[in-house]
Amino acid sequence: MFSTVKERVGEVLLPGDEFSFEAEENISLTVPVKSEKVVCGPGLRRCGDRLVVCKSGVLRHKEPNVFWIDSQQRRYVPAKGESIIGIVTAKSGDVFKVDFGGSEQASLSYLAFEGATKRNRPNVQMGDLVFAQFLIANKDMEPELVCIDSSGRANGMGVFGTGGLLFRVSLGLVRRLLAPQSNIRSDLEHLFPCELVVGMNGRIWVKSASVQQTLIIANLLQSAETMTAQQRQQLFRKVQQGAF
Amino acid sequence: MKDTPLSNCERDFLLKAIEEKKRLDGRQTYDYRKIKISFGTDYGCCFVDLGQTRVMAQVSCELVAPKESRPNEGIMFFNIELSPMASPGFEQGRQSELSVKLNRQLERCLRNSKCIDTESLCVVSGEKVWQIRVDVHTLNNDGNLMDAASIAAITALCHFRRPDVSTQGQEVTVVSQQQHSRWCLIHLFSADLLSTCSTYLLVDPCEREERVMDGLLVIAMNKHREICSIQSSGGIMLLKEQVMRCSKIAGVKVSEITELISEALLNDRKARKAGGKCGFAESMQQDRITALKKDETPVEMTDVTETANGIIQKGEAAPQTVPSPVLPVPGVGQVGQGLQNSWGLEEDDEDDYEEEKNDNNVVEISDSEEEDVVILNPEVPEKPK
Repeated sequence: MFSTVKERVGEVLLPGDEFSFEAEENISLTVPVKSEKVVCGPGLRRCGDRLVVCKSGVLRHKEPNVFWIDSQQRRYVPAKGESIIGIVTAKSGDVFKVDFGGSEQASLSYLAFEGATKRNRPNVQMGDLVFAQFLIANKDMEPELVCIDSSGRANGMGVFGTGGLLFRVSLGLVRRLLAPQSNIRSDLEHLFPCELVVGMNGRIWVKSASVQQTLIIANLLQSAETMTAQQRQQLFRKVQQGAF
Repeated sequence: MKDTPLSNCERDFLLKAIEEKKRLDGRQTYDYRKIKISFGTDYGCCFVDLGQTRVMAQVSCELVAPKESRPNEGIMFFNIELSPMASPGFEQGRQSELSVKLNRQLERCLRNSKCIDTESLCVVSGEKVWQIRVDVHTLNNDGNLMDAASIAAITALCHFRRPDVSTQGQEVTVVSQQQHSRWCLIHLFSADLLSTCSTYLLVDPCEREERVMDGLLVIAMNKHREICSIQSSGGIMLLKEQVMRCSKIAGVKVSEITELISEALLNDRKARKAGGKCGFAESMQQDRITALKKDETPVEMTDVTETANGIIQKGEAAPQTVPSPVLPVPGVGQVGQGLQNSWGLEEDDEDDYEEEKNDNNVVEISDSEEEDVVILNPEVPEKPK
């Protein structure tokens, strides 16, 4: 089955497509049968002894045996461990209510910041942006966010400073930006110096030297969603030449 | 469902940008977004795209008994539906404040302008008149629903064909819709939507800009540059010269938009005469109406040269960008610069820690997946590209 799945890597698949095990005609008694393991990523699900596609998109493969469906989506579903940009909407007692674009609001305890104690409360107001990661994120419970990692350090998370612009993009673009060798990110580095925070819920915060530059970067990222690599590089080059 | 709240950082940025006369998508302060008009298969069905804002208008008619006080006049009925498809904040069935406001504004604009001669809708005086019903559905809200709705309503009314009637004594028979005379709209107008953000005027706000505005001024004007209705909401104080400026802008925009509407109607009429299929089922194949299709974004670049030259001339070294993870201490990875501690605590440990960090050699690990890692000990951190 591994080979049948591998054949279709790079093809567009639709929900309902399946991959089934084909029983071998002759089972050799001498040669040991290798057990194949296929790790299913998002968009693939196991149904009995078949692999069923449940999202429409392109099938991708990573060595040695991970397969997943790359699909375009704007609606974010929280998952444990993902870091997102949230907006603080309410302060109730000891927790902040944070909106991250999901179906309900997440809770963020005020003790979940680096160096926070009952006496030292973090300086967080309503309407502030926070960069946090999910501690609890499943469909049965209210999602919970924290701004520290397991060792108690902030690790880049916490409240945002002033300035900068927040805008929304699709989840696919966010994954492309956060990939280890991201072409978009390297192209962006050649433009203006800027500060960029990318949340996995499709929100990006950018801050640059001037309002104009910030707007340019925001517009470039939003248009980079639907461009091929060549078009994008052309556009970036045009902007660069316009600047210098 | 509730709308996404507006964060402080967005509000501050928008206000700052407006002060510098910059808008989010690179428009000038008095520019409209791109308007696209397309028609459905039936007469009287029209889609209007104002940037990302999308509305659909449908006109229908019915023979009814007239009102007691006006036996010679037909009846016009307007309705704007705010569907949850347009925005998560809209709820189905509930009359929100915004929906009441939009309905009233549209009705006032269209009735006061007398764009339709209601006496021509009379069939049998005192007994049968036409009731024309205009339903506007909002499909996507990206700001300025009022303008999009009024353009859609007027265009749909222009596009609509009323069936002919023949009366024989007391009987009234409705003849099929294809053959009859098309009524001509006497007036076309444009509602000019402006907003002031603390003394700054913007035309055609997008959704983010609508959230930060203080007040709204709507001017409905017909193509003869007569003002049909003016409405100001939000409790802002407008100067006389601001109102005059707005009406001048409205005058300019009216002619542009009227031209656009007439062109769209002409194209549609030609297409129908030529016998080609038209309507939105066809538009999908031609990629005119598709959900995922996006127009190329034009990027505002006029000021970039001066700004960039200014920055270069100041001669400051660009701030460091640290793209790959940095190890200040083995075992701890840092991406980004991190934030300053904003709690205002006086701790002796802080200062010592800072000095310690600077003394350590910074170890950079490359992004490659090879097992051997080359450790660099640079004296001076790498300059950004």
